[in-house]
Amino acid sequence: MDAIKLDLSHYRELLKQYINTQDESALYEAEQISKRSIQHNISLEEIINTHINALEDIYPELPENIQHSMSFLLEVMISYGLALQEFQDLRETQLEIKSEISVAARMQNTLLSTVKPDVEGFDIGVVSVPANQMNGDYHHFIHHEDGTVGITVADVIGKGIPAALCMSMIKYAMESFPSEHKNPSEILESLNRVVERNVDPSMFITMFYALFNPAASTISYSSAGHEPGFYYHAADDTFEEIRAKGVVLGVTDMAQYRQYEREIHAGDMVILLTDGVTECRQGDRFIESEEVLEVIKSFSHLSAQELVENVYKHFEKLQDFHLRDDFTLIIIKKDV
Amino acid sequence: MNLTVDVQENEGKSVVLLAGEIDAYTAPKLKETLLSLTEKEGNKVEVNLEQVNYMDSTGLGVFVSGLKSTKENNSELKLVQLQDRVYRLFEITGLIDVIDVDKTVQGGY
Repeated sequence: MDAIKLDLSHYRELLKQYINTQDESALYEAEQISKRSIQHNISLEEIINTHINALEDIYPELPENIQHSMSFLLEVMISYGLALQEFQDLRETQLEIKSEISVAARMQNTLLSTVKPDVEGFDIGVVSVPANQMNGDYHHFIHHEDGTVGITVADVIGKGIPAALCMSMIKYAMESFPSEHKNPSEILESLNRVVERNVDPSMFITMFYALFNPAASTISYSSAGHEPGFYYHAADDTFEEIRAKGVVLGVTDMAQYRQYEREIHAGDMVILLTDGVTECRQGDRFIESEEVLEVIKSFSHLSAQELVENVYKHFEKLQDFHLRDDFTLIIIKKDV
Repeated sequence: MNLTVDVQENEGKSVVLLAGEIDAYTAPKLKETLLSLTEKEGNKVEVNLEQVNYMDSTGLGVFVSGLKSTKENNSELKLVQLQDRVYRLFEITGLIDVIDVDKTVQGGY
């Protein structure tokens, strides 16, 4: 405890000044004493004691009954003193927890870090922002030797720290799959069994897994109950929802996932996201997915990275800069 | 936002009437009530979501726990009268194929 003694002579002079003049500046100084005392862990009892001593110094003839009343006051304040002490202890504990969480968040960033692929003929943009310190959204790029890229976008239901821990498990499970095992449907089926066996019943994961083949300009994908992404057709300037059927990971051990494939044409875009994007709300109003697409379109002349960052900034502003949910948006644009 | 949870015993089944929003703040209360009902051996539980205008993924987690509990306790869980937006969540997540969800949607918001 770094408690320092309250300065009795200073207190006495101030008290004297106030009793004689009722001067505002003495009151202001009293407020400063109170703030400093809290900072230095000076107990309530000590302040009252200092007050009693100062009074006795100023009025050596202080009536005995007033002295008794001060002892009485001291007794009455004891519980408040204890409560204050408890509050200070809690505040310290809270600071410790906060710093531990930020260490965990940094560690999560390191564990889950991923490198955006640099693919000739395509432009890729990624933004992923957690609502709280730890991100329950997850995205990952796996660079295969044959030039194809595995792309994962996932959201753990059940927020905060447990969700974040769960994501690390998923990442390592995926990395342990043999490299020839890269079909989206197979990967989701294997992961589903991992999650079903290892995760709490109220927790589950939605995941969109795509295998992107830049050389053939195709993308094959499966979805485990994940928020559908969108495909932008440059030819007629329209968006199409990327529907894929499949149940979330971790609910039934027998789940099977259908695999779909499509070709990416010049100027087209593949848009992958989490529900933090489509569940944005402005006050009580939900933001419809048409609106999300309008915003994407309005920035579509930019590079993919500038595009996703501008879309994020747009919705951050709409929600008064307070995200309700983690926000992840990936856009793959094929060069014209 | 708030959620009111009202349970009525009706002709051998427990009917849970919900009104409000199901999110991270209100889900624990719903989970406690729902699991206390599905944990009764052989109980039939019907959850009416007509007055639920918002549900996030935490809410889905509650119903998934409920589903798992019915399998352990030989009880039944059915969700009825879902609004469009809530129904869509069950549809996207594929949970519609594993949880008994009434397909007649209420529409409107």
